[in-house]
Amino acid sequence: MSALRIAPDAKVMLKHGAGGRAMRELIQQVFIGDAQPPADGGIGLAAMDDGAAIRAGGQWLVMTTDSYVIKPAFFPGGDIGRLAVSGTVNDLSMMGATDVAALTCAVIIEEGFPRADLERIAASISAACAEAGATIVTGDTKVMGRGEIDGIALNTAGVAFTRRVIPDCGLRPGDKLIVTGTIGDHGLAVMARRHSLDLQGDLRSDVAPLNGLIRRAIEAGGEQLIAMKDPTRGGLASTLHEMAHKSNVGIVLEASRVPISASVQAAGELLGIDPMHAANEGKAVIAVRPGAEDRVLAALRSHSYGRHAAVVAVCVAERPGFVILDTGFGRRLLAEPEGELLPRIC
Amino acid sequence: MCLGVPGKVLTVDGSVATVDFFGVRRDVRLDIVDEPVEPGDYVMNHVGFAIRRIPPAEVKETLALYEQLLAAISSEDLLAADIRGEIAATREKK
Amino acid sequence: MNDAGRNAMQFRDPARAAQMASLLERLVGEIGREPVSVMHVCGSHEQAIARFGLRAIFPRALEVIMGPGCPVCVTDMPEVDEAVALAEDGIRIATYGDMLRVPGTARSLADAQAAGAKVDVVYSVTQAQQLAAKLDEELVFFASGFETTAVATAAVLLGSPPPNFSILSAHKYIPPVMEIVAEMPHTRVEGFLAAGHAATITGCAIFERFVERHRIPVVVAGFEPLDILAGLAKLLELVRDRRPEVANMYPRCVTREGNRRAQEVLWKVFRPVGGRWRGIAHVPNGNLRLRDEFARFDARRRFKIDVSRLWDYAPPSLAHSCICGDIMAGIASPSSCSLFGKQCEPDNPVGACMVSTEGTCRIWHQYGGQLDLRDKDERA
Repeated sequence: MSALRIAPDAKVMLKHGAGGRAMRELIQQVFIGDAQPPADGGIGLAAMDDGAAIRAGGQWLVMTTDSYVIKPAFFPGGDIGRLAVSGTVNDLSMMGATDVAALTCAVIIEEGFPRADLERIAASISAACAEAGATIVTGDTKVMGRGEIDGIALNTAGVAFTRRVIPDCGLRPGDKLIVTGTIGDHGLAVMARRHSLDLQGDLRSDVAPLNGLIRRAIEAGGEQLIAMKDPTRGGLASTLHEMAHKSNVGIVLEASRVPISASVQAAGELLGIDPMHAANEGKAVIAVRPGAEDRVLAALRSHSYGRHAAVVAVCVAERPGFVILDTGFGRRLLAEPEGELLPRIC
Repeated sequence: MCLGVPGKVLTVDGSVATVDFFGVRRDVRLDIVDEPVEPGDYVMNHVGFAIRRIPPAEVKETLALYEQLLAAISSEDLLAADIRGEIAATREKK
Repeated sequence: MNDAGRNAMQFRDPARAAQMASLLERLVGEIGREPVSVMHVCGSHEQAIARFGLRAIFPRALEVIMGPGCPVCVTDMPEVDEAVALAEDGIRIATYGDMLRVPGTARSLADAQAAGAKVDVVYSVTQAQQLAAKLDEELVFFASGFETTAVATAAVLLGSPPPNFSILSAHKYIPPVMEIVAEMPHTRVEGFLAAGHAATITGCAIFERFVERHRIPVVVAGFEPLDILAGLAKLLELVRDRRPEVANMYPRCVTREGNRRAQEVLWKVFRPVGGRWRGIAHVPNGNLRLRDEFARFDARRRFKIDVSRLWDYAPPSLAHSCICGDIMAGIASPSSCSLFGKQCEPDNPVGACMVSTEGTCRIWHQYGGQLDLRDKDERA
């Protein structure tokens, strides 16, 4: 019977870019196939980590690339320029490579795009680079016809060296998970603006380069800091699912410990969106061995981007691959978001 | 079926109120609410429309209804609930 | 936190919730039968139950069935087809986010959007009306939701919307479907938890005739954890005492008469007509359609909507194997459906229960096929 049905994935849909299971499956099936991991013990495409690690003498060369399209290009708390620098710096940082050697930046512009906007984006790129201590060393500019691209798209790539690569797996029962601050800020700020929801208040994207913050965490945690991942698309829920899945552990998340700002909480209630499903662009999830959480937490909280850091979850042997949410009333399995987040009326 | 969220009225301008939803503000239409709404009142919002002015006294009334229900449970039941609460608290500490 | 914030938290007190759970346990014990089955008819109740993990503290012998409480899920395929056909004809469609992925016979609005159709997601019908005012083209608002939401649509039509604005109504009216469920053969439902926000509009007196006819209690409840637990406790009390009555456990929003002004607005614009609810049945008076006075805003009368061409190319329907009706009637669970998790998945739903985030099957699928983690807790 099912053979008669049109294959649901015959076309690429928005959900395939939403950061959830659909996207992971698409990448796995189309791009990775049976690609083998690098022979030198490095991290390659098949690991589906934040970036790659290639052995370079006594240390590792970490590489990552990301493309950025966002509507609107300017949003409360940032813009596509700050996003493009922060996203790539953060992907490097999540691999443990916090000293950015160089960035590249390519920009594709739609004919008719206001020059003033382009200059604002460029200024924002420079400011974010200065903050991250990074430099753009090469770039590319293309202009496409009207309607061939929607406004502007950016791509950045980054390279950095590190002595120790930190993966996004390797968790064991007992390990603690820290989030570095309030969650859902970026997702709800952008969504409120995108659908013209006319919400007033302190909804601002958290977009920021995290390498300074992560450096402090690594210094404090040392070898006891075992894994990191930034909860971007798909939010905290997706990131925890991915970590649980890759490490084959269960993760118990305490709802009451998850830092959420009043505005995000309120907007979430109003729009029927779970902040744990909403994107972050200036947050990390850090896994540490038991006993190391307090010193890593203290180091994070000493940085302005980590003031609201909190231990939110613990790894368990039960239910490997699942995230269990303890709501304070009872426990349930946390759902992984599927597809683009949309405001609900029901 | 109907996502309703309560909020506090900040200002009223004709048939539109600006309502604080404890962290974000949004304009809410007053066309279909059946009582006059003033700043300081609480309203229930659904899809950008106030469907009800919530009298503060009735929040208390709701809570009183719950107390009445709970009054029916015996002391053993309450003890059992406390023990369950403690188990939950211990689990949290783990 | 301000006063109302504190008030909201009073309804989210886990210690009180544990006490309520003990009360439920005791009441089920006093009834002395297993299982005691009650039904809620509101997707938002299920959302709250899931979000706060309340099933984990329900007594094992209490079965809380999710009824046909999601207006999005029960929107029938031909209704979605109408919106898709309009969108594919180049008409701009605005709709609530919930409707975007609801499948029609062949496609959803999201599919149409991916193929280039103009589809906008809005939070409020007001926003759709404002969008129309800014445009030089026709804009059709594909309106879904129960009476609570239909009142908002009606209010916009009564305020003079721009001439290029029209409504494709898929609005539904809840009271008639409760009759259908109560009359289903083999139904095990011993009491109903009624939807607090629909009752805010209609008032709880509307359930009095129902209770008389079917001798089954109805409790109106709100949406905070304590609201739901207290509503269930009250319902179990009525079941225990064999008292078929209407009880209002949501007095901060619901009155006996309801919101008269909203009722006037609703019935001035809409009239109830019979129609199919997806996966359930033909529901007499279950659909809300625009009255003749508002014909000029009725997309069905403004445009010639040709849905048959969608059907010519429709893939064979799996709908005949779908058991959503039985699931919503409380006589089957998703695990007994042959499509569940196979041909029918959240990304690619067949029946109503897999469509919306609050659908029974969707929730089962997302939470690993089972919601409550009671066993695990007890062993821990």
